[in-house]
Amino acid sequence: MLQVSVYRYNPETDEAPSMKDFEIDTQGKDLMVLDVLHLVKEKDSSMTYRRSCREGVCGSDGMNMNGKNGLACITPLSEVVKNGKLILRPLPGLPVIRDLVVDMSLFYEQYERIQPYLINDTPAPAIERLQSPEDRDKLDGLYECILCACCSTACPSFWWNPDKFVGPSGLLQAYRFLIDSRDTATRERLSELDDPFSVFRCRGIMNCVSVCPKGLNPTRAIGHIRDMLLSNAT
Amino acid sequence: MVTNITSFGRSGLSDWLMQRVTAVILLAYTLFMVGFFLGTSNLDYLTWVSLFQGTWMRIFSLLALLSLAAHAWIGLWTVSTDYMKSTGVRLVFQAVVALALFAYVVWGVQLLWGV
Repeated sequence: MLQVSVYRYNPETDEAPSMKDFEIDTQGKDLMVLDVLHLVKEKDSSMTYRRSCREGVCGSDGMNMNGKNGLACITPLSEVVKNGKLILRPLPGLPVIRDLVVDMSLFYEQYERIQPYLINDTPAPAIERLQSPEDRDKLDGLYECILCACCSTACPSFWWNPDKFVGPSGLLQAYRFLIDSRDTATRERLSELDDPFSVFRCRGIMNCVSVCPKGLNPTRAIGHIRDMLLSNAT
Repeated sequence: MVTNITSFGRSGLSDWLMQRVTAVILLAYTLFMVGFFLGTSNLDYLTWVSLFQGTWMRIFSLLALLSLAAHAWIGLWTVSTDYMKSTGVRLVFQAVVALALFAYVVWGVQLLWGV
């Protein structure tokens, strides 16, 4: 039997959030945390969480499992359960809508701010804009981000200033477009980031790296952005 | 771009660079002072005074003092913008820190040139 303790909060009926305990029979299998949540939902259908692809592609089921952010669908129990107990909480730092569902607006606003699309003011060629294999390689480790928000919500700098600090996820994406050889707005993008908050609130504690379910390294990307800002400055 | 009016250099990059440069200066000064204490067998008032009577030592000390003030301002400004969400409280804190640092610098100059 697995002891599962889940964060419950329904703002329409509850005055304050609380933890609710469930006894779940895993039949000795090393289930994924998302499977355990399905078993919880069978016991209590009011249990609310986000999920979609259930294979680590969509990024819907980011949550805090025994203190560490991750995707429930690709996190096996053997990786997180300690002393037969599993504690599930919503991603930290964002407003809770209900149970494990958080309001990601702040996260998306930061994503929108870095203009996550190719900007190129040169006339479009008849075929697609070409890129050398070497330039394409520079996007590896950047484009894979699925915006699950595990990293940004594990970042204290993002907790304190979610309206000003872009956060690890947004900055990884920012670098993905800064380094793209087909993008011509590098200078404009950099000038948007040169304030004490957007990039420089990063203290390099690498929480983002330790939780990223896709194994990406936002801290390194942030370091690259800093280097670009430095070499562009006088 | 997040607008800011109270940070040291009004730019994150400049603050970041300043924080590192001042750290190196403070490290150099600390190492020098530790070296001085370890390397001086007969540490009395005269040795101490003659060290600080050299113009180079006054320049070095003033540089370290200004670095300390800049370093402390950038650091405490960051702390205040992280943890003090009320603008009034934050501005009062920043004013107190600025005043204290200013007083330390003036006091330090008085000490250095008063030897």
